[in-house]
Amino acid sequence: MKQYTLAVATVLLLVVLGGATALGLVDPYYQLVLMFMGVNVILSASLNLINGYMGEFSCGHAGFMAVGAYVSSVLSVSVFTKDGRLGAALFSPDLAVCLFPVILLVGALAAAIAGLLVAIPSFRTRGDYLAIITLAVNYIVKSIIENTEAVGGARGFMGMKKVVDHMGEVVDLPWMMIWVIIGTVFTLLVIRSFVSSTYGKGIVAIRDDEIAAELMSVNTRRLKIVVFMISSGLAGLAGGLFAHILGYINPGSFTIMKSTEALVMVYLGGMGSLSGSVLSAVGFTLLLELLRPLQLIKWVVVPFMLILLMLFRPEGIMGSREISDLFPRLRAYYRTGRE
Amino acid sequence: MPLFQIQELTHYFGGLRAVHKFNLTLRGGELMGLIGPNGAGKTTVFNLACGVYQPTQGDIRLNGTSLLGLYPHQVSGLGIARTFQNIRLWYNMTVLENLNVAQHCHLGYGLSDLFLKTKTYREGEGDIHRVSQDMLEMLGLRDVANEVTKNLPYGIQRRVEIGRALTMKPRVLLLDEPAAGLNSAEVVELMRLIQWIQKEFQLTVWLIEHQMKVVMNICTWIQVLDFGATIAEGTPDDIRQNKRVIDAYLGEEVH
Repeated sequence: MKQYTLAVATVLLLVVLGGATALGLVDPYYQLVLMFMGVNVILSASLNLINGYMGEFSCGHAGFMAVGAYVSSVLSVSVFTKDGRLGAALFSPDLAVCLFPVILLVGALAAAIAGLLVAIPSFRTRGDYLAIITLAVNYIVKSIIENTEAVGGARGFMGMKKVVDHMGEVVDLPWMMIWVIIGTVFTLLVIRSFVSSTYGKGIVAIRDDEIAAELMSVNTRRLKIVVFMISSGLAGLAGGLFAHILGYINPGSFTIMKSTEALVMVYLGGMGSLSGSVLSAVGFTLLLELLRPLQLIKWVVVPFMLILLMLFRPEGIMGSREISDLFPRLRAYYRTGRE
Repeated sequence: MPLFQIQELTHYFGGLRAVHKFNLTLRGGELMGLIGPNGAGKTTVFNLACGVYQPTQGDIRLNGTSLLGLYPHQVSGLGIARTFQNIRLWYNMTVLENLNVAQHCHLGYGLSDLFLKTKTYREGEGDIHRVSQDMLEMLGLRDVANEVTKNLPYGIQRRVEIGRALTMKPRVLLLDEPAAGLNSAEVVELMRLIQWIQKEFQLTVWLIEHQMKVVMNICTWIQVLDFGATIAEGTPDDIRQNKRVIDAYLGEEVH
């Protein structure tokens, strides 16, 4: 039973949320909010890998998200519709139902490769360089997209709606909701497997004392690059989902503002706490939606709340603990299950 | 062929000559001491041996293979482990995790095994845990296995650091002032521990120490460093009576 907790939780989520959506019980607006929550969970959990667990500072997460969003969007539009660059649809749009995850994965892979290109030069040196380089990368990605007419430039890129709608015509299910849930669970699974392995715990060693880690046989440079690739790849996955939820993307969605949101969620939840990232992403998404009537004043209220949080609880909601640490019996239950 | 050999090792920090023509040969099984006044270059020699710095001149060989140009993690993977003058544990991890992570050089699995949770992965993790558990058992640390290391008393932290180095299964163990900050009872315990691990794991131990009680009692051979150069070497008795060593380091009141 214990080892199936996650599988059961996923199926429950899929059945309850997916079912409710399919039956039309959920208002489209709430559907959107729920899906954004998923995307934000992916963003904050993946950034937590670098900024929380590893203790480095990356602040260009939206750049990698953009890579994933544009690559998967361009791919799905050109493969499944006749509007794309390739002329006629390469595959029948009906196939989108089964090929959609492949498209998301290609987007994630592209973002991971972008991450590799950034990681190789930036981990030659220590400290603040990563922050500066990732900041620059965020701007570079945005400018490149803005100046590439083929993907719509500053006007943005659309057509994904058609693909998504067509999936619904083939099999009548709330496809995006399903893929967001699967993507979120996949992300959490990847990160949890990584940080609970001895190999992955090397990144906590890097945060605590990098020189000791290197001298105790941890290949710090390789490990950092691997982590950066995983993190940016997952950001790319979030980007792909985001693009297909909205059906329209423009470079303005992937500015430093978006990266800041991801950072806020990480520090709000607690560095090095996966459940903290989930909680804060859910809470932050809700908060932003609740404060929507305030319009521009929202961006005064939210940062102010952050300042208060940092003053009174600088370690974030969860610190570096997990939910299971707060409930000793739950923890004991899972520990016996593992051994 | 000697197990570990350093030849004519010289290192400059800018214009400052920190180490000058340092030589060392360890055939295996020794308990070698390195002493000298503060700033003599002892820790620099250790850092050179571990690959933290690349020497300006000279050669370092383990089992005949040169260690020059290797990253520290490669050097440690080849069988050189060390502890630090000021303890450098990973303070936010538990004792068990500290011992586990130091076995990165013995991980038998790759990333794909990790994510797919293959048999290789489960067996690899199992082996690592077993080695750590055995080590904790041997060092009497089993009770603190799941404690976060920053919460432990200093003496225990020293012990954990030695344990962490040992889980790497080194050939040569470098101890940088292992007795620093320990009270006299703990020092006696430490001396016993060092002699025991040397026999138990058939290790070659090379240690830096300021407490003459430790060095004179357990080392089989001692080297004295002053201003980066070796001024004397020999058995503890030789060193105790050596005029140059008394002048440079020991002073008149020898233990």
